Formats: sequence, structure tokens, C-alpha cells
Amino acid sequence: MNLFDHLPILPVAIPALAAPLTLLLLRRHPGTAIGIAFASCGAILACALALLRGAGDGAITLYVLGDWPAPFGIVLVADRLAAIMLTLAASLALLALLHAVITGIDRKGWHFHPLFQFQLMGLNGAFLTGDLFNLFVFFEVLLIASYGLLLHGKGPARLKAGVQYVVVNLVGSSLFLIALGLLYALVGTLNMADLGTRVAEVAPADQGLLRIAALLLASVFAIKAAVVPLHLWLPRTYDVATPAVAGLFAIMTKVGVYALIRVVPQVFGPDAGAAAWAPAPFLMPAALVTAAVGFAGVFTARSLSEQASYVIIGSTGTLLIAVAGWQETTLGAALYYLAHSTIAGAALFLVADVVARRRAGAADNCSPGPDFAARQQAGLFFMAAAIAASGLPPLSGFIGKLLILKSLTALPDWGWAWGVILFTTLFGVIGFARAGSAVFWKVEDAVAAPAAVSRADMIAPAIALALLAALSAGAGWASAYADAAAAQALDRETTARAVLGTGAS
Amino acid sequence: MTYELLVSSAVGVLVAGGIFLLLRARTFQVVLGLTLLSYAVNLFLFASGRLVLNRPPIWDKSVTEYTDPLPQALVLTAIVITFGMTAFIVILALRSFLETGSDHVDGESVPSEDDGAQEKGE
Repeated sequence: MNLFDHLPILPVAIPALAAPLTLLLLRRHPGTAIGIAFASCGAILACALALLRGAGDGAITLYVLGDWPAPFGIVLVADRLAAIMLTLAASLALLALLHAVITGIDRKGWHFHPLFQFQLMGLNGAFLTGDLFNLFVFFEVLLIASYGLLLHGKGPARLKAGVQYVVVNLVGSSLFLIALGLLYALVGTLNMADLGTRVAEVAPADQGLLRIAALLLASVFAIKAAVVPLHLWLPRTYDVATPAVAGLFAIMTKVGVYALIRVVPQVFGPDAGAAAWAPAPFLMPAALVTAAVGFAGVFTARSLSEQASYVIIGSTGTLLIAVAGWQETTLGAALYYLAHSTIAGAALFLVADVVARRRAGAADNCSPGPDFAARQQAGLFFMAAAIAASGLPPLSGFIGKLLILKSLTALPDWGWAWGVILFTTLFGVIGFARAGSAVFWKVEDAVAAPAAVSRADMIAPAIALALLAALSAGAGWASAYADAAAAQALDRETTARAVLGTGAS
Repeated sequence: MTYELLVSSAVGVLVAGGIFLLLRARTFQVVLGLTLLSYAVNLFLFASGRLVLNRPPIWDKSVTEYTDPLPQALVLTAIVITFGMTAFIVILALRSFLETGSDHVDGESVPSEDDGAQEKGE
């Protein structure tokens, strides 16, 4: 085996090795430790891009851990969907790390870099694994790291939000385990591809239990994705988190969406009896309400970071409207919008930090404050991020929403979806305009101007916006790749054949 | 019959108690609720391999009946994770109480006994 055969394990192995190294080196050689953190993120991005290229022709790369063949051992499955998510996570991680190091926030505690690396390990593992219990384990890895990252920098507000966040996620983990126990008792396997082929053999008497397992699993993923009514933990948590961390957390709700896209078609597909597409009837209304609640929050938010938190909820809702169609075209559009909305959400958090650092006492509250240095540049960045997040041309949010709207017309009840998406866009535009005019146009001279801050902290938001511009410039290629990934995610038989070997299905 | 009844009623009682405590306002009760819930989950996972008495957990050609070893491995993983998480949330709840002066999960400050005494004094 050469190094290329080990490619799928590298996104998990690199941060797992880098984390203890940064932990050991941080006290004595902080420069080296930060260098290792960057090198690790860069290496993960390189691996993710290599996997993206490798999966481009539809090949499903399998990594059999310990050489135990599936379904007996754990397998990592690198297909197009996993490669997209890996690339997205790695790009976002580099951005968040860059911003954290530039603003010096990583030095407010000793364990930022190790936790950051473990967070990446959990994220990458969750995207790659082909085993449902292993998905649970990687969920736990990323959650445990996220608890630490959320508390980074300390402060009473973070502790309060932290308790709620941890309790909600622990309850979610318990539900996840119950669903896994049910599935294992009924089907006798936890390998996703194997589950998909054997779920049709469940006895008629057990169909009710299978349906319960499917719905429990979907509700766990809905908690992670912050779908209404399970969204209440998100605004406070993201609002109080360190901005660079909140930027990375923008992908955490998308992990829930990813898990839905991965598990529902593969396991609870058309053959699953009573559990066939079990979450689908609930997902569409929930997604519509989520989008409405999210963008209503954008309208009423009191600070830019709270606004960004509600953007995360709203964009997840918009995303799930498309996912809930469970068709190749809608899922393809959803995947394109997923990549866009993650980066747009992170960009908003970073811009909010740029503003908060310059306005001293007024922070990023949506109220007039002192005239601060680089007000015009910061305002321009906010406008660009707001354009992206609300879905106006020319940035990729417009293309994403256009693709979603276009694909939704194939559904029977597309009127509601159109109405909600268009109205929430309008709401979002007004909300952003209100916040932006209060922060950037109204100046209160009575408040003393704070000390000037170096403009270096604008680098990370600028790169985020450049990524969004690249995503809209390369929309043809990106949406074609997303469509192909959607087709692959919905094609259960091919995946099962690739994972379990040719003779199995 | 009795064994199944015992395990299933234990899971049911633990879940009921866990959910009741989880919905309480103060962190200590919520932590206890999480613990009860995790016990219930562990028992449930253990039972997901079907309840078999006095059988080896290892497959062998000479053994016709055996108990499923996989749920036991899963439970072990779940126990380790929940143990770590419980320890973490206990410390977190303690820190939160010490820094904010409130042990309420929703974090809103409640009128303390001192405030009540002041009102009476006025």
C-alpha cells in the first residue's frame, strides 16, 4: 500500500496527531505549536482536495480499518458527498484558525489549538465513516471538543450558555444511542450500507419499532441541525462563543444536515417498509418554520453576532426545504447551498468580530456607536456578507437560492416553499439593512473613539468573501459536482455494492 | 418472562425518572436526570442483543447458542463516553454556579434570599 491508499484515513489521523503535539509545545514553543496547527489544517485541506478529485468520477474509495471487511469492521467511505463536506470543513477551519491567530484570541487560554484539532478530527470522522455507531463516536468527539472551544476565553455568559448546550447535546446523544440500539436489535448490523440492504427483511411485527428508530434518528440529527422546534440552544450558544470559534461552528449545524442526507436515503429508503422516508413528512413543515424563524431573528437581533446566529438557523431551514424534497435535483441544489451558507455564516461572524473589536464598549450591538477606524471597509465587508447570506446577486447565495427554487417546482406542494424562501429573503434584506445602517451610518460623537486596531484582522473575512465569490464564479462546476454527489447519495445499490463487495447485494 | 420484565421495567422507570429530573430548573437535578437517562440507555443497548442467560459471548463451532458480544462492546463505549461527559458537566455546572451565582439551567438570575430579606426590611 502506498500513501495514496491511506488517503481516506488522513483527515482523521492528521488532527489526531497534531492535537497532542500542539498541547505539548504550546507553553514552551508557541510559534512552533501554531505552525503545527496551520500545517495540520493545510494538510487536511490538501487531503480533502485530493479526495474531491478522486471522487470526481464517481469512484467510492473504501478504507477498511484493521482490514476487517464490512459489515464486520468499521469502514471509511469517501464518496463525492464526503469529499465536499471535508473540503468545506477544512477551508472553514483554516479561516477560523487564521482569524483566531491574527486576533490573538487563541492565546486567551492554553487549550485552543488542541481542542481545535480534535474538533476537526470529529468533523472529518463524521463525514467519512460508513458505520452508524462510529458516526455516534465521532459526533461525541466533535461535541466534546466543541464544549471546550465554546468555553474558550471564559466569562459567565459562556458558562451559562455552555451548560445549556452540553445538556441539550447529552440528551441528543442518549436519543442517538436508543435509536442505534433499536436498529441493531431489529436489523442486526450498524454498517450503513448493510443496514440499507437488510432493512427490508425486518418482520412485519417490528415495523412500528423500525419507524420509531428512524424518527428518533432523524430528531437527533434535527437537534444538531437546530431545526425548529429544536433550535433554542443555538442563538445563545453561538452569540457568546469566541467569534473565530463561532465561525467554525457554522459547519456544526451542517453536520446534522449531512447526517440526514447520508442516513435517510441509504437506510430508510423506499424498501424500508413502515420506515420508508419516515422523516420526510415532518421535515418539510419543520424546514419551512425554521427558515421563517431564522430570518425573523435576523430582523429582530440586537447584535451582529446574534444576527449571524439566526442566519445559521434560517439558512439551515432553507437548506432543509430543498433536502426534504429527497430528489436528485433538490438535493443537488441543497448541497450547493450548503457549501455557500456555511461560508456565508462564518463570514458574518468574522465581520461582526471586526466591528466589535473597533467599537470598544458598543461592541457589535445594532445601535449607533463611536466613529471607528476603517468604518467604511468594515461596512463594505458587512454589506458583502449580508448580500451573500440573504441571497442577492452577485454572490453565491443568489445562485444557491435560484437553484433551490428551480428544483422545488418538481414537488407537488412547491407553492409554500417558494413563498417562504422569497419572503424570508426579503425579511433578511430588511433586517441586514436595519442593522447595517445603525452600526455603520449613525455615529454618536458623545462616545469616545476607541484605540485603533490593526487592519490585519480583516484578512480572514476577506478570504471568506473571496471564497463566496469563487463559489459563484465557479457555480457551473460546483453545482454539477453537487448534483453528481446528490445522485450518488441517493443511489443506494451502488454504494452498498462498493462497501460490501460485489457478492453481497 | 421475569428477566425481560425486570430489565424492561428498569429501563422504563429510569427513563421516566431521568426525564422528570431533566425538566427541573436547577443544574444538580438536571445532571442527576442525565445520569439516570444514561443508565437507562446503557441497559437498553445491552438488551438490544436480546437477553440470553449463561451463554458464552464468543462464537465457536462447538457452541450453538451464544450471546451477542457486539452490544456489550457498544455499551462499553457508551459508558466511557457518558462517564466523561457527566464528569465534565458536573464541573461545568459548578463553575457556572460559582461565576454567575445562579444554579438555574436557563441562567436567569432569580431573586435570592437576600433580596427577599431586604424587601421585608423596607
